[in-house]
Amino acid sequence: MEALGLYNYWLVIALMMTGFYIVITSPNLVKKIIGLNIFQASVFVLYITMGKIIGGSAPILSDQVSVYSNPLPHVLILTAIVVGVATTAVGLSLVVRIYAAYGTMEEDEIVAAEREDP
Amino acid sequence: MIAAHLPVLQVVLPLMAAPACVLLRRPRLAWGFATLVSWACFGIAALLLGQVLENGDISYALGGWAAPWGIEYRVDTVNAFVLLIVSAISSVVLPGARASIEREVEGDRVDLLYTCWLLCLAGLLGIAITGDAFNVFVFLEISSISSYALIALSGERRALVASFRYLVMGTIGATFIVIAIGLIYMVTGTLNMADMGARLPAVWESRTVAAAFAFLTVGVGLKMALFPLHLWLPSAYASAPSPVTAFLAGTSTKVSVYLLLRFVFTIFGAGYAFGIQALEYVLMPLALLGILSASVVAIFQLDVKRLLAWSSIAQIGYMVLGISLASLTSLTASILHLFNHALIKTGLFMAMACVFYRIGSTRLEDMEGLGHRMPWTMAAFVAGGLSLIGVPSSVGFVSKWYLVLAVLERGWWPLAVFILFTSLLAVVYVWRVVEAAYLRPAPAGTGRSEAPLSILLPTWSLIIANFYFGLDTSLTVGVASRAAASLLGAGP
Amino acid sequence: MRHHTVLHVVAKILLPLILLFALYVQFHGDFGPGGGFQAGVIFAVGLILYGLIYGVDNLQTAIPPGALRVFMASGVLLYAGVGVLGIFMGGQYLDYGVLAHDPLHGQHWGIFFVELGVGITVASVMTSLFYAFTS
Repeated sequence: MEALGLYNYWLVIALMMTGFYIVITSPNLVKKIIGLNIFQASVFVLYITMGKIIGGSAPILSDQVSVYSNPLPHVLILTAIVVGVATTAVGLSLVVRIYAAYGTMEEDEIVAAEREDP
Repeated sequence: MIAAHLPVLQVVLPLMAAPACVLLRRPRLAWGFATLVSWACFGIAALLLGQVLENGDISYALGGWAAPWGIEYRVDTVNAFVLLIVSAISSVVLPGARASIEREVEGDRVDLLYTCWLLCLAGLLGIAITGDAFNVFVFLEISSISSYALIALSGERRALVASFRYLVMGTIGATFIVIAIGLIYMVTGTLNMADMGARLPAVWESRTVAAAFAFLTVGVGLKMALFPLHLWLPSAYASAPSPVTAFLAGTSTKVSVYLLLRFVFTIFGAGYAFGIQALEYVLMPLALLGILSASVVAIFQLDVKRLLAWSSIAQIGYMVLGISLASLTSLTASILHLFNHALIKTGLFMAMACVFYRIGSTRLEDMEGLGHRMPWTMAAFVAGGLSLIGVPSSVGFVSKWYLVLAVLERGWWPLAVFILFTSLLAVVYVWRVVEAAYLRPAPAGTGRSEAPLSILLPTWSLIIANFYFGLDTSLTVGVASRAAASLLGAGP
Repeated sequence: MRHHTVLHVVAKILLPLILLFALYVQFHGDFGPGGGFQAGVIFAVGLILYGLIYGVDNLQTAIPPGALRVFMASGVLLYAGVGVLGIFMGGQYLDYGVLAHDPLHGQHWGIFFVELGVGITVASVMTSLFYAFTS
């Protein structure tokens, strides 16, 4: 039963592998970026999970509460989300320019076009 | 007053200069500003190294929050040396960058290139100086994202694809590192590196730590282009603007090697990495395969920038080989090679910047007879090439000497023979360039046209440094052996 | 989207509320959940909504890309500037305690300006991402 109780971690693994699989197998560059985002989202879930304490409340001081969840992972993940947004923005803008230069965003067609370049 | 704040200024100066560069807009102004900032960073790094050698480690608590709760910047001999390497390479390359950047990058993007350059510099310095594990991830991404942009700023369309591949691989690598940091945080409850190092031995048996170690090794391996994870590097280096290649080749993979050293020796400890996890059985075969295969592939390249990029992968192999032996001499060799290879490769890529400036290509067939057309540039390339091979009196010789000593300490003489043999492979690929440049006739109707002095001077100062530090090894070997001793002493 | 009267009217009603809510999240961040990141994104959402309904050209006349560039840079400079101010007031980098006579007030002022810097940068970066992908 312990394994089922840790279902958050199973979710993390499933998300991580899904994202990773898309990054590796999809020939479409936009889908690769989406896969990368799913992959990163799994890490966000991993961090948030480890900060959660069952019965703990949001870490805002109050007289009625004595158990608080750990706020540090949330702060770290806020940073990681911003990093993820920046990566996605750079990635998508590269895809836009690749599409303008090659007329396609399928990787196999780009590889074929690259071979013809000197 | 300022002296006490040098550790944080080292990072904050380029980090604040980057947005200021956006406001400057005029390309020349941005370039001059970036160069000044880079020199200031070099000055700070030199002062920090001096302070560390004299008074020992420096700790700086950001915001006045003491470690292990707050973020701590911690400077010891190892990262003071890395800070010096990174800021020195940037300071030498930037003065020569203006002329070739103006030729290789579209006009309205030039000021943004210097912004990205400063951000990349801030990120690399930040990775080296910080004592906080999550901070490493943040700086890693600052430097990586700005280097994707730097590579894509080249006019060629190949650069876009290369940058995209680097982005995918780099993001996976960084995410692996952040998973590893999260798993360590899970079992130790701290993000401070020194604190992690003190708490980890109690939980060495935990499977979470083993998973963290695996994620970390693969993640850092991706970032430093360790042999089977190197595929992003050649096309990224070959298609980036030439000064950017010179800068990244000398700094970014080096900082990743430092990261491996830091995580393996300070956080996990040599006892865990080599005693329990047997890291040497993973690193050593990969290093040897990497040296051999990358050197062989380099021989068959038609583009000299790509050839040098493959040779970089082989050189990373030498550094990893030194780490995998994990003795005092071998770590000294690795840290020395960090410095020496940065000098060699940046010098060679700067020579390629000269070539690209004049003939607009670095392909071997276009370089025929170049020895007569650009005598100073090609002389610099030959001198740098000799250093890459490891001819006595050059820096390449010094680091290989220590590596061979370390191997012989273990009594593994076939490995020493292997190192000598792979140096011969370096002779072959350097010779192919020399053959094209000197032994083939120049195309008819081309006269002597040397690169402008502004690029040639930085190139030659790097080449002269190659031989100066090859003859006078007291500074480099002294610092490297102290750094190696502190790494081995830090682990339990 | 020129002729969708419903969208135009609804957007006109919602826009000031969204921007006001962004400012609330920004400046109430000391006492409750909130802060520069969230506020910046909410503010940018308001601007992007305006751009979607009334056209990017109208948004660009209101907020030219050149101005965004200045905002992006100055937000970061404000953040880092507060940190450097800490050094000049005799503390460590980013030490807010020394910014006022009472360390508690100092912390308050420090986080206020740092979050303001974050908010400005995030809002302008989000808007300029919108510009970059629409042009």
